[in-house]
Amino acid sequence: MTGGTGMMDRLRHNPAALGIGLLLIGAALIAGAEAWLTPFERTVIGFAGINIILAVSLSFSNGLTGLFSLGHPAFMMLGGYTAAILTFPAMRKSTMLPGLPEFIATSELSLLPATLAGGVVAAVAALIAGFPVLRLRGHYLAVATLGLIVIVQVLINNMDSITRGAIGLAGLPRLSNLWWIYGWVAVTLFVTWQLKHASLGRALMSIRENELASASIGVRRARLKLFAFVLGAFFAGVAGALWAHLVTNLTPNSFGIVTAFMIVVMVVLGGSGSLIGAALAAIALSVISEAARPIERAIDAYGLVQIVTATLLIAVLLFRPQGLFGSGEPVTRRMTTPGKPPSKTSHEHRGGFPNETS
Amino acid sequence: MVDTPDTLLEGDRLSRRFGGVVALQDYSVKLSKGDLLGLIGPNGAGKTTAFNLLSGVLPPSAGSISLDGRNLTGSQPEAFAEAGIARSFQNIRLFKDLSAWENVAAGYHMRHGAGWLSTILALPGARASERRMREKACALMETVGLADFIDQRAGDMPYGHQRKLEIARALATEPRVLLLDEPAAGMNATETEELKKMIAVIHEDLGLTLVLVEHDMRFVMSLCRRVQVLNRGELIADGTPEEVQATPAVAEAYLGKGRGKKVA
Ligand SMILES: Nc1ncnc2c1ncn2[C@@H]1O[C@H](COP(=O)(O)OP(=O)(O)O)[C@@H](O)[C@H]1O
Ligand SMILES: [Mg+2]
Repeated sequence: MTGGTGMMDRLRHNPAALGIGLLLIGAALIAGAEAWLTPFERTVIGFAGINIILAVSLSFSNGLTGLFSLGHPAFMMLGGYTAAILTFPAMRKSTMLPGLPEFIATSELSLLPATLAGGVVAAVAALIAGFPVLRLRGHYLAVATLGLIVIVQVLINNMDSITRGAIGLAGLPRLSNLWWIYGWVAVTLFVTWQLKHASLGRALMSIRENELASASIGVRRARLKLFAFVLGAFFAGVAGALWAHLVTNLTPNSFGIVTAFMIVVMVVLGGSGSLIGAALAAIALSVISEAARPIERAIDAYGLVQIVTATLLIAVLLFRPQGLFGSGEPVTRRMTTPGKPPSKTSHEHRGGFPNETS
Repeated sequence: MVDTPDTLLEGDRLSRRFGGVVALQDYSVKLSKGDLLGLIGPNGAGKTTAFNLLSGVLPPSAGSISLDGRNLTGSQPEAFAEAGIARSFQNIRLFKDLSAWENVAAGYHMRHGAGWLSTILALPGARASERRMREKACALMETVGLADFIDQRAGDMPYGHQRKLEIARALATEPRVLLLDEPAAGMNATETEELKKMIAVIHEDLGLTLVLVEHDMRFVMSLCRRVQVLNRGELIADGTPEEVQATPAVAEAYLGKGRGKKVA
């Protein structure tokens, strides 16, 4: 780490250049992947990207703000169905989804507006659900948000004139590709990163750290919690939309409690509130679950991945409850101040990387 | 009692019960701008409860609270902070996993934080406010003598420093009234002396109105020209340190005579 330090420091002081550099590298990687990898490999990388969006956004609301929500799958479902209905071929819409209003039945959107609409619908649902639900704390909130998953599943099952109920939507156009998915990964990381490393992020973390003290310095808890919840839901909705157009079918059971569990594991593994940590954990778990699939098939042990994941979770909770990176980021020293050199200790205390101390 | 125009903080016949326990009974306090009031009393007298009511952390069972004539009774603590009441906690409540300056900067959020959209887009206004906030936080830490601890994780700081950091965080909300709950608890003699100077600075230079809860009578008597004494939830004396010390009920409360009997 000696040779690169000078360049790293220069980049750190020029975030715009760093951002553009990262975008270019990312774009080159995606171009390479699109050109040379097999469809299966690209799909795996696509899933990893969707999981990054999910884990990072949940790390924002759960890890940073301290809301223990398990509701992400509900918002994925809302975003996925909204987008799928909007992109569904207009020809088939009138027969298969007869309950749709005229203007939706006759239109056929492209992926970007459909994805945005999915995110917005999920965000609006979070706004409505958040008012009552966010009054709860800890495991009460967790249970209540599990309830959201059930509610959304039941609604979709029963609104069959616009969702086809339990049959689900099949034969969706395969509009998702690595460009779209990783474009949204970049947006998710950028938005959450900007918020985390600013006054608003400190206010959100203060709620997590000590809600009473946070209120007594005037942090408007209710509003900020709702904001974090809604923002997380928006990206979950986006992820659901991207997923639907990658897998090309969607049923009320596409996302459920197991999905919630997997995302929570990613957040816990990464360290609560660590955005990069959540992203890395998302990649790791995605790769593990895809790699394990042939093994599961070979030894006829379906669900092996979940068992391995659950075991991993328990091990992390026992031996490193702060996750890989605590609530810090492996690439920054959050506590640097203008005019003051970063103190040596600061890095260690954040559970920094790579010379972490326990 | 006629409301004098310069009354800043007023608590009127405040009571608070916890189940059957009466923690505070008919406690009244009136502060003018620039006052420095000491609030003392034995353990369990109701001092912290009084602060909890005056800072909106707990609603009173009876009575009312107003700042500058504005009624705050029943509001959330956020509203009390917004109105200009800040406090420290007897059981330190820092944001442990944040650095020291971030704790202070969090205090600035209420009045100086940028909105979410300008934060995400890093608009010039948001960037400038972020820079200002960091500078202010560092300056404030210097004021309370923590200049060397700016990047330290708050939870890892020595106890005495944590208390000072809590005061800095409270000051960052730019309050009109500051309530300090046993700021000297756990401090050694030197630290206590420093704290005394710091409180004097806050009071005189920043022109803040202060209420100081302390266990240590001497500490309060040397700083405050007005002292209130609570015992078992009731106000038993209110006056200059000399007047208060001359009150028989105070001596009884502190010497533990009159135990089982009703004081005052
Ligand atoms: N949150 C609470 N729940 C129940 N009882 C409380 C609570 N807070 C304070 N009390 C009780 O109220 C009384 C006054 O406590 P407190 O205000 O903390 O006293 P002091 O700060 O003067 O030591 C004590 O008997 C205490 O046990
Ligand atoms: Mg107390």
